[in-house]
Amino acid sequence: MTAPTKGSGLAWVGRSIRRVEDPALLTGRARFTADFSATHRVRFVRSTVAAGRIRNIKIPAGATVFTAQDLATVKPIVPVLHKFGYVPVAQPVLATDVVRFVGEPVAAVVAPTEAEAEDIADGVIVEISEDPAVTDVRAALLDTAPRVHAQAIRNVCVEGKFETQDFSSMQLRACRRVAIEIRSRRQNAAPLEPRAGHAAFDPICKRVTIACATQMPHLMRTAIADLLGMPESDLRVIAPDVGGGFGQKMSLVPEYVVLVWLARKLRSSIAWTEDRRENLMASFHSRDQHIRLVGAFNADAKFVALTAEVVANVGAYSCYPTTCAVEPLMALAELPGPYDIRAYSCLARGVLTNTCPMAPYRGVSRPVITLALERLMDDAALQFGLDPIEIRRRNFVEKFPYTSATGLIIDEGSYRQSLDTVSDYLNVPGFRERQRQAGAKGQCLGIGFAAFAERTGYGTPAFAARGMGVTPGWETVQVTMDPSGYVDLRTGANPHGQGLRTTLAQLVADELGVAPDRIKVTHGDTDQTPYGWGTFASRSLVIAGGASVLAARKLHAKLKIIASRLLEAAASDIVLENGVARVAGTDRTVPMETLARTAYHQSHLFKGEIDAGLSETATYDPAGTFSNACHAAIVEVDTKTGHVKIERFVIAEDAGIIVNPMIADGQIMGGVAQGIGNALLEEIVYDEAGNMVTATLADFLLPTCREIPSMEISHLVTLSNATVTKSKGLGEGGAVGAPAAILSAINDALFPFDVRINEIPATPQRIRAALRQATRAQA
Amino acid sequence: MSERTDVTLTINGKRYVIRVEPRRTLVDAIREECGQTGTHIGCEHGVCGACTVLVDGAPIRSCLMFAVQADGKDIRTVEGLATADELNTLQRAFMENHSLQCGFCTPGFLMLVTGFLEREPEFTDADLVDMLASNLCRCTGYQNIVKAVRAVAVEMRQHHPA
Repeated sequence: MTAPTKGSGLAWVGRSIRRVEDPALLTGRARFTADFSATHRVRFVRSTVAAGRIRNIKIPAGATVFTAQDLATVKPIVPVLHKFGYVPVAQPVLATDVVRFVGEPVAAVVAPTEAEAEDIADGVIVEISEDPAVTDVRAALLDTAPRVHAQAIRNVCVEGKFETQDFSSMQLRACRRVAIEIRSRRQNAAPLEPRAGHAAFDPICKRVTIACATQMPHLMRTAIADLLGMPESDLRVIAPDVGGGFGQKMSLVPEYVVLVWLARKLRSSIAWTEDRRENLMASFHSRDQHIRLVGAFNADAKFVALTAEVVANVGAYSCYPTTCAVEPLMALAELPGPYDIRAYSCLARGVLTNTCPMAPYRGVSRPVITLALERLMDDAALQFGLDPIEIRRRNFVEKFPYTSATGLIIDEGSYRQSLDTVSDYLNVPGFRERQRQAGAKGQCLGIGFAAFAERTGYGTPAFAARGMGVTPGWETVQVTMDPSGYVDLRTGANPHGQGLRTTLAQLVADELGVAPDRIKVTHGDTDQTPYGWGTFASRSLVIAGGASVLAARKLHAKLKIIASRLLEAAASDIVLENGVARVAGTDRTVPMETLARTAYHQSHLFKGEIDAGLSETATYDPAGTFSNACHAAIVEVDTKTGHVKIERFVIAEDAGIIVNPMIADGQIMGGVAQGIGNALLEEIVYDEAGNMVTATLADFLLPTCREIPSMEISHLVTLSNATVTKSKGLGEGGAVGAPAAILSAINDALFPFDVRINEIPATPQRIRAALRQATRAQA
Repeated sequence: MSERTDVTLTINGKRYVIRVEPRRTLVDAIREECGQTGTHIGCEHGVCGACTVLVDGAPIRSCLMFAVQADGKDIRTVEGLATADELNTLQRAFMENHSLQCGFCTPGFLMLVTGFLEREPEFTDADLVDMLASNLCRCTGYQNIVKAVRAVAVEMRQHHPA
């Protein structure tokens, strides 16, 4: 890293420099939670029934097993929302008298090794008298359905209602109504590293340190300390290397609470690593949603109104800190997407069932609402006899900033341009000709588009609008230049694959005029970083990046004052570049290390002017910004087998200034790959009794290299003043657009068969079933 | 608990004499008894490939092999790829092509590809996809892994023309 810096006309921002994270990960020297050794191991005994009452727990003689009785002083997890008719539900960290889903932890077995703990766990007999269970979200809404929690009537845990003032009168202006129904089956984010925790009690200072696979170390400290009734200062949370999260690792894991309790009880170290079956069964699920939309259009095929009904199956409990309202309320707020829809009415409910709890997963509701809205656009285009591209063009938001029907501010974007970019790139007329020729030979090709707005980098205002008991949003960064002129950056953000140590260093390098290899980023340790919210919701580059830049600017101002004294020039004439301070336009320079040394060891020279040392802190809490993108897919559907092959996948993405294009493209490709899994493969299935039947990776199918095509990515750069860095988030967009683009392409391919696929994953079975039904209908 | 057996594993040229139960999987022995934690466990049922190591030159799932079955065999893991502080060609290609994000699956991919390139230096694109489809990555979408392996193959062919 010896290239020139900002002052010389070349910036670090915008360059695909290699990641500082990589060498340790490539050589086996990285440390993941499961790599820490412990004196004791835990195995959790889990409920094998979906609903019931615990009658008795038989423990083998001599075994060390803890149950809810032992943990009587531990408070249950009760996430809170103050709006939308939210009904608080309590989740004990170990089931007390009631079990509510298969996989719920009931007892903790402690032994010196994992194998011994597993052997003992096999001998623990939990006697449960079974109650009727409900797993299907529509069934759970019936008056006759069993209640998962007594206080939630018809199992509704949260009910968001929204209607614009003029909705009824606007509805009347429609000349055409288009209805669609979308079903997204349940998914598991399935990071390759399962959940793991390692808690160690320090007998000298009486503190516990828990290392765990989390995206939110500071909030885990708050939550665990609250539940155990201990001061936060007695708990240190470390997120070492974390093997992917995608949202699954941002919520509070009850098992981690038990680990800290056990470490204090046993005054020792204790570790737990879940196996894949536990991960699939008892870690968090998502995307189990059912959406009905009715679009009302005028004669020009422009929206006059949109009616939506969203039901999200949130499982047996509510996740902390977002609560289970995160999916339905995201849908409620953002369903109108990138389109100019002035009249909007929505009912969005979160419904409890006897299934694994739901938590955020990359994109949260947006993959499903984008699928619903984009399928509606395609169907509307057919009814109006319009091209699907044309109907989108007519409806896009064009004037910025735009205030949406639900009050969101959509900042400058390139909605129309991104659609035009991908459609030009794919030469749609040329494709239609190829499609016709292929069709004549019995080959079934289709093209599909998905345009969307991706809300990113939002601070407290967005979360406060949901009425969250815990309102996340800001981020604090401390930037310190040490006496040798090297920089230490500390953040509460917690990357786990996003390369944020590299990109934050790039941002700060440009502000301070030093190379990124002089900047060390520390995160993932509550003892060593300012309190912060962690990494989720496409926020870290925008918010931690913004805070980094603001802190670095304070430091920059201080360095200039010192340099102006040493160089005998006005501070306004000083530039920081290439590791020196320079009087602009001259060859008079002083090295950064001399400035740093002076700040610490000659601070008396600046008494009354600046404080000693070089450490600055800044907090950033933006309202948020919208990235945008258009995805397009060309697929071939084998009508005999129902298999879908993705021939091409094209993306035009606009996230403003891209700090590291290599990393940004990596985020997009990874998101699209998960979207492809969502669209074609991944499905968590329960039987009627609430047993999970997809408990291995041979049943819950993740995409392999074979299913993921190469992707063609274009970047558009719209500058928005919504963020300090003029960058927008893009971590979730890949996953948001891909299912809609693929389903749109599948439906285009199957158009000649009069078949509609509005359910994901669009498995070969579903496609074949739809084709068989269509054939029967025609016969 | 069943009786323990003496097993000798040679990992990256170093001999480890360990006592394990017959049911002990090779990956557990590598990580726990031998302390080589660079090899990761992702599913323990042979699907994800995070635990891939080379046993006598062949990529295997170390979660599907018992330690006793590897007695006396030559095992190579991710820790053996770099020399001192220098990444090898494949590791460098992964870094240059951004073939990793969280890095949890990476050791398994590196060992899978190492075994493949040693055994089948001449391969087609279809062979490459077939091979890489053995392992799962949840972050990258695979295409950058494909690019890295192609880059290494090109470099190998330049240095050792057929």
